[in-house]
Amino acid sequence: MDFQSFMEAVFNFENYSELLPLVRNSIWAGAVLGLLGGLIGTFVMMRDLAFAVHGIAELSFAGAAFALLVGANVVLGSLVGSVLAALVLGVMGIRARDRNSIIGVVMPFGLGLGILFLALYEGRAANKFGLLTGQIVSVDNVQLNLLAGCAVVVMAALALIWRPLTFASADPDLAEARGVPVRGLSILFMVLLGVSVALSIQVVGALLVLALLITPAAAALKVTSTPLLAVLLSIAFACVSVVGGILLALGGRIPISPYVTTISFAIYLGCRILGNRRSSARPARVRTAA
Amino acid sequence: MSAATGPGGLGRAPVVSLRNAGLSFGERVLWEGLDLDIHPGEFFAVLGPNGSGKTSFLKVLLGLQDLGSGTATINGGPLQRGNRGIGYIPQQRPFAADTPLRARDLVGLGVDGHRWGVRLRGRGHRDTVDALLAEVGSSSYADAPVGRLSGGEQQRLRVAQALAAEPRVLLCDEPLLSLDLHHQQAVSGLINRQCHEKNSAVVFVTHEINPIIDYVDRVLYLAGGRFRVGAPEEVMTSEVLSELYGSPVEVLHHEGRIIVVGLPGTAAHHHHPAGEV
Repeated sequence: MDFQSFMEAVFNFENYSELLPLVRNSIWAGAVLGLLGGLIGTFVMMRDLAFAVHGIAELSFAGAAFALLVGANVVLGSLVGSVLAALVLGVMGIRARDRNSIIGVVMPFGLGLGILFLALYEGRAANKFGLLTGQIVSVDNVQLNLLAGCAVVVMAALALIWRPLTFASADPDLAEARGVPVRGLSILFMVLLGVSVALSIQVVGALLVLALLITPAAAALKVTSTPLLAVLLSIAFACVSVVGGILLALGGRIPISPYVTTISFAIYLGCRILGNRRSSARPARVRTAA
Repeated sequence: MSAATGPGGLGRAPVVSLRNAGLSFGERVLWEGLDLDIHPGEFFAVLGPNGSGKTSFLKVLLGLQDLGSGTATINGGPLQRGNRGIGYIPQQRPFAADTPLRARDLVGLGVDGHRWGVRLRGRGHRDTVDALLAEVGSSSYADAPVGRLSGGEQQRLRVAQALAAEPRVLLCDEPLLSLDLHHQQAVSGLINRQCHEKNSAVVFVTHEINPIIDYVDRVLYLAGGRFRVGAPEEVMTSEVLSELYGSPVEVLHHEGRIIVVGLPGTAAHHHHPAGEV
């Protein structure tokens, strides 16, 4: 492939105005996912759950592949898979060390199951590939409503537990002593995370969920420590990545995920550089007088 | 106890009260038959080697650990998690560098972090947090990220968090551990002020009495399943500690400091936390 045909495959804006209305649902879906991913991502970072997100995604993929095989609703299958995985991690993996080994054990098993189900499936190959690497065309009204409905429920729940969850994430010992139900919150958060992962997989695919749930929040935390600003930036970064990715992917003939991951990675790089400047411009510690 | 008749009219009623209290893990008895009253304005230190049940003692008072036997009350009520009127200062534990919290946010969580929902009334909360930050001398780094503060600075914020509860009793779990001398003095001074000026009771778990030797009213020394309660000069003697440890231990006094020599398995207690039993 020469450079020109490569560029045509990657960036192609012919008939753009005709294509755009066709993916309106996908763009809305992308915006909702960006909002959700950016929001929950800050807690994922604070609770050190990046690896857990990856593990949940693989089991969510297995659930979706199973649903595809038996002709059930794929979103539902993926929801069941990821909420189950999240519950297992929430109940068994209290300490990060235990949790990581459980994820390491469960993740390949989930991925293997998913591949088994896909191998048995005899439908369109694009459906198979889409679960792993993302797709944009297939969001119909029913799916969009399901997605938006779930996202609203997750966001409402997050708003309700916002303060004690922040407390329990940043400072579990003190939160527990002050009567915050640390363990209950942890399990509830894993369920919310499971739902978010399942929804994100529908657009960016199982392999690339981290680009939506981790990278934007990680980028935001590089440039600010103000809680509200961190959340807003994280949401903005995630929305720009997903919606921007969909808009760029529209004309080309490659999946959406490389666009999304590249945009979110570029944002992260920019934030890292800014963040390094920020910390070198100011002394890391402010000394106090005795 | 002069502290038992301190100001405020609350003086005589104990804040913490244990009767025939005991705690054991399986076969191993940490302590039992403990009768104890801690009064407002009293600085009470809990000393002993690792594994003697110091931290468990605190967990019992916090309601995180049930007593094996006996009864206990705090502020006249039962021990339970999230008890109002209790301040807690944990061991210094570093925050991740990119924790999205500023010093003021951390203190703010100490004020109302246990409540549900998102914080709505901003002004009153901000004033409360500013006052707490000023009280512990942390105003100058109020907007700095917690992940970039030194251990000592973080520990001052811990004190501010604990004071937010307007505590009648302040429970401290090795709050000076891994701090430099300057910050040890600053943090223990703040705790002492809350105790002797604001009349809170302080329960201070530590393996090292010297940083707080000037403030301590009474000591509970736990070792080998036994314990002794009394003024520091009564408990920190060669005779008492030898009896507790069941082997000869010598206590030396040097320029107002206490040095314990001959603890089982160590050369000296003083300044050698790593060499503890």
